[in-house]
Amino acid sequence: MTERDLVIVGGGPAGIAAAIAAHENGVRDILLLERDQYLGGILNQCIHTGFGLGYFKENLTGPEYAGRFIEKLHSLKGIEISLSSFVVNLTSDKTLTYLKPGMLSTIRAKVLIMATGCREKTREMVHIAGDRPAGVFSAGLAQKLINIEGLLPGNEVVIVGSGDIGLIMARRFLLEGAEVKAVIEIQKESRGLIRNVVQCVKDFGIPLYFRHKIAKIRGKDRVEGVDIVKVDDALNEIPGSGSKISCDTILMSVGLIPENELVEMAGVKDVNKIFGREACRAIFKVAKLWKIEN
Amino acid sequence: MENRKLTCIECPKGCNLSVDIENCRVMKVEGHKCPKGEPYAVSEIENPQRVLTAVVLSKGLSLKMIPVRTDKPIPKAKIIDAALAIKKLQITKPVKAGDVIAGNFMGLDVNLIATRDMT
Ligand SMILES: Cc1cc2nc3c(=O)[nH]c(=O)nc-3n(C[C@H](O)[C@H](O)[C@H](O)COP(=O)(O)OP(=O)(O)OC[C@H]3O[C@@H](n4cnc5c(N)ncnc54)[C@H](O)[C@@H]3O)c2cc1C
Ligand code: SF4
Repeated sequence: MTERDLVIVGGGPAGIAAAIAAHENGVRDILLLERDQYLGGILNQCIHTGFGLGYFKENLTGPEYAGRFIEKLHSLKGIEISLSSFVVNLTSDKTLTYLKPGMLSTIRAKVLIMATGCREKTREMVHIAGDRPAGVFSAGLAQKLINIEGLLPGNEVVIVGSGDIGLIMARRFLLEGAEVKAVIEIQKESRGLIRNVVQCVKDFGIPLYFRHKIAKIRGKDRVEGVDIVKVDDALNEIPGSGSKISCDTILMSVGLIPENELVEMAGVKDVNKIFGREACRAIFKVAKLWKIEN
Repeated sequence: MENRKLTCIECPKGCNLSVDIENCRVMKVEGHKCPKGEPYAVSEIENPQRVLTAVVLSKGLSLKMIPVRTDKPIPKAKIIDAALAIKKLQITKPVKAGDVIAGNFMGLDVNLIATRDMT
């Protein structure tokens, strides 16, 4: 079995930063595994601006920001980038199995960095009652469908939760010609950045309901509408405050969870504290540690 | 004199700005934690502007959609028309991030540029 000095799983911003930082610290046998056909991770679908204000002092989009680091990565010698490489198994002695079209490979990593990112919470995780029709998407899935695949998932949209991705997608749907009927937030204020409330929702007069929740999703085959209801400060429904909104699409924007399956598979306990982008911060420590080990 | 409350959107801090306005002109800005807040407030009152980002359909390239943005902000009132106009464009040749997709876009004195390399 081949052994590599450093294997990084995930070619998003964290994985790319990890590879660059490891290289800067003298590591020269690096394998970066990415399941997608491209590097950049989630940044590829974040076509909005707001990236790089701190690092580059410029207002870049996600793909531009990623592109600069990808270019830097390609200019470094000793880093093997393997795309379309899906890691499917990880053991406690850092042996990885990954699938590449037409082949299954196994390698051992002396040092392993997991940078597999995060994914969004689903309807199931926030317990919304009602029917189970088609037309309920996570906001990030809708983002991928519109920005990468060029598909508009629906025409009349209600967004559940006011996380940044939901706010950003309110504007995206509107600019793609859909009608955004409402953003529904159970808390008293937005979970997202205030600048996204301003530039994605208020700019376009999209109704944003705080202290409201979805009581029920209605629809037989496709979403037909939602019942919403006001809640009090203890988040209990206020009787008689219900109303109905018709829509064909519901986006869930209720938070992120780390992508930890592989780490769990390898038997690491207490993985809930591990979050993908933390790898960026951890890498400096890891890279230094690696130097010491050698 | 009129006083308006704004949120600066130039960075994630989102400072609350207090703006004194006289005859549609900004006289005084308070609440900004950095120098960008003042020009933002002036622009927001006198001629609100936004950078527009979108995707353009490609033909014969490795991905179906290519992300684009205006290289400078455009008037907020033109955003929806500009987004509609972008939907009519098509890219048929490989592009690099920064390449101009449409020069002097809609006569607004801005260029529409690609934001991702695509072959
Ligand atoms: C939908 C969505 C939108 C977001 N929008 C923003 C935003 O606008 N601004 C912001 O600052 N943050 C945003 N975030 C948070 C964002 O995820 C992080 O800022 C950033 O992308 C984290 O980088 P990362 O490298 O940890 O993860 P990611 O960018 O998710 O990269 C992880 C990479 O690992 C790969 N991978 C995962 N599992 C495997 C495997 N088993 N084998 C091989 N490869 C694998 C994935 O394909 C992916 O390329 C968003 C998150 C989501 C989910
Ligand atoms: S005033 Fe400066 S610090 Fe405050 S939100 Fe604007 S850019 Fe950010």
